[in-house]
Amino acid sequence: MTFEAGILLALLVASALWAVMTYSLVMSAIGLGIASAMLAILMYELGAPMAAVIELSVCAGLITVVFISAISLTPRMQDREERADAKRRLARFFPLPLILAAAAWVMFAYGDAVELPIALPQAEQGGVREALWEARSFDVIGQIVIILAGAFAVVILFKNLRKPGGERR
Amino acid sequence: MMISAELLLAGVAAVVLLICTAAYCVLVSRNLVRILIGLEIFTKAVTLLIILGGLAAGRIALGQSLVITLIVVEVVVIVVAAGVVINSYGHSLSLDTRELEKLKG
Repeated sequence: MTFEAGILLALLVASALWAVMTYSLVMSAIGLGIASAMLAILMYELGAPMAAVIELSVCAGLITVVFISAISLTPRMQDREERADAKRRLARFFPLPLILAAAAWVMFAYGDAVELPIALPQAEQGGVREALWEARSFDVIGQIVIILAGAFAVVILFKNLRKPGGERR
Repeated sequence: MMISAELLLAGVAAVVLLICTAAYCVLVSRNLVRILIGLEIFTKAVTLLIILGGLAAGRIALGQSLVITLIVVEVVVIVVAAGVVINSYGHSLSLDTRELEKLKG
């Protein structure tokens, strides 16, 4: 195992854990963006640069912006309410690091018994371009349909969005 | 690129830890935005697993093309879900799942 890949895997899990455990939703969204960036660097290290670029620009960039926009459209809690909620949250999320530590210990202890099959790299003609546009061309049609469905869904959702008072925007 | 057995095992262990984190987040959170963040961590785990699978099978180009498709689907799902969350806030003035009482029954 290369040292960099190990560090990146550890940082990926740590940033995902931080995104779940932290109290502030904005910090949580930023933690998710950092996890995406770590995953993108890891994919680049593993020899998947095309997927890494798309992961970095779309997941670390666009999705973080979507989350922060959604969070900014909702108000903050009052201070007293916030302190009470923080205590309840800590009690609910306290077992998560323990569960992860136990799972990591079990995998570390019994990992040697597992043998995962590894094939020799195959020569793929044309690389990702060939795979995406020819071997998986039906997926591209699916992607177009999904993007159009998403665009229509967003238009309909925001068309019917009402103000808290009840009147239409 | 040929992946080493150690790196593959470490990657699969990281995927298991990410899935545990995401499942705990989705099951325990009461905030709708945080549930979406859990869903997003699930997709990170699946993305990593597809890349590791592509490397282990020796077909990384196919793995990358599947990851690109997964990212497109992920973005659309998150954008629509964020729209639903904002719409739900407009109706109930809360992001807490316990306040969504109109869905009961």
